[in-house]
Amino acid sequence: MRYSGLRVIKEALTGHKGWKPAWREVAPKRAYDYVIIGGGGHGLATAYYLARNYGAKNIAVLEKGWVGGGNVGRNTTIIRSNYLLDGNEPFYEHSLKLWEGLEQDLNYNAMISQRGILNLVHSDAQRDAFTRRGNAMILNGADADLMTTEAIQTRYPFLNVNNARFPIKGGLAQHRGGTVRHDAVAWGYARAADSLGVDIIQNCEVTGFRIEAGKCLGVETNQGYIRANKVASCVAGSSSRLMSKADMRLPIESHVLQAFVSEGLKPILPGVITFGAGHFYCSQSDKGGLVFGGDLDGYNSYAQRGNLPVVEDVCEGAMAIFPMLGRVRLLRMWGGIMDMSMDGSPIIDRTHVESLYFNGGWCYGGFKATPASGWCYAHLLATDTPHEYAKEYRFDRFEKGRMIDEKGVGNNPQLH
Amino acid sequence: MKKVWVIIHSYIKRNRIMIINHPILGPRDSAEFTYIGDAALIDRPDWQAEDALAQFVDYGYLRDNPAGKHKELWFHEQGDRSFLVVTRDTTTHEISGVELARDVARKRGRRK
Repeated sequence: MRYSGLRVIKEALTGHKGWKPAWREVAPKRAYDYVIIGGGGHGLATAYYLARNYGAKNIAVLEKGWVGGGNVGRNTTIIRSNYLLDGNEPFYEHSLKLWEGLEQDLNYNAMISQRGILNLVHSDAQRDAFTRRGNAMILNGADADLMTTEAIQTRYPFLNVNNARFPIKGGLAQHRGGTVRHDAVAWGYARAADSLGVDIIQNCEVTGFRIEAGKCLGVETNQGYIRANKVASCVAGSSSRLMSKADMRLPIESHVLQAFVSEGLKPILPGVITFGAGHFYCSQSDKGGLVFGGDLDGYNSYAQRGNLPVVEDVCEGAMAIFPMLGRVRLLRMWGGIMDMSMDGSPIIDRTHVESLYFNGGWCYGGFKATPASGWCYAHLLATDTPHEYAKEYRFDRFEKGRMIDEKGVGNNPQLH
Repeated sequence: MKKVWVIIHSYIKRNRIMIINHPILGPRDSAEFTYIGDAALIDRPDWQAEDALAQFVDYGYLRDNPAGKHKELWFHEQGDRSFLVVTRDTTTHEISGVELARDVARKRGRRK
């Protein structure tokens, strides 16, 4: 069923009796060409592009919970491509371009809003670094705009530009960045993949891999054994847990990142603002709630729940640049589990086991990467060669010294 | 007084606030500490070993990252600057053991 304005009118006149479930409920078959583990944004996008770009049939997506119940429903919904390094920027710019056409492509309203993202600058050194980053973005076909304090004040008159410790001295803006309704991304990809014949199997947890003579033959699940020509792991947040079943140790630690939503307010914040120095970033949802977050708690965790010191830290950051928020009440807070990799960049690669593939290590940049991650992972699965935009995302980059370390902090996962 | 402590203790337990029971200084807020990582970092490989490269790649970059009991290094940066080996459950944040990293290293045969 195609969604359209006409369809809405027709259904309204006929009592809304024609709507159908967005995807089928299916029981797993005994064998597939491709089994994708993880029905989050990345896994569903992978299935969709595998079917659409490479004509693959016979694909299953296995999800241990429900579609959209993991990190794709726990992030703060920001899209951007403001990276510095060659290994990253073309990939993220490709992702942003895919976002721009995503709703037409999927025939699904994901409420993509290119309201712009602004990274604040507080010193000359930081302005130099951001100028360099902006130039790298432009060289890779993205947009970047170095804004003056005056221009920022005109657009965001409520910002406190005279904070004693971090006065605002300008900012790097990417006007094509913005926000997306994150659940709709999962649902839209699920629906589009399903319409191309992909089986989406919820409540199906992978409990082990069947590996013989160095080749992965299939997966053991709580719904029985499923044979597969190719098995693709796509479970960022739980990557170490899953891959340990294939005797792999990963260059990844799992960390908790908290996020927050305030009570609903009238429109006050036209865009995304990041105050990196104060560990705070913020946007406003279409419902009116301020959606914000800060840094990792900083210790290994699978608990999907953080601690109070970080809550205090984030709220202090908010008060430093948005003093007007002092009376706003916090409505909800939650935590998501990040695959924090050793250089802050992801991995899309084959593993030492034949026909077992890996996608993970997204740190806290996984959401914006969803379309390109699916695009490049599908390419790897279909052709067995890395996609041009993801060719640096290899397991062996740590051994070879080819790290993609945007922040330059080395192998400290909690600092990326 | 005892009643107050029981209330505080149940609050801490219910909200899983991480209090690290320092072997020398007693219970301290985890915010005083800096997290370093897996306690396996104590066992630095021998740089003269035949397979030193492989060992250092493993030491520097690969982690067990378990869901459950995890032995990890915490540095008391805002306190006495000791390194502790904390045993903590990564699924509940419950801390079940705290030792001085020095003692752990000595038990494994290190001199310092």
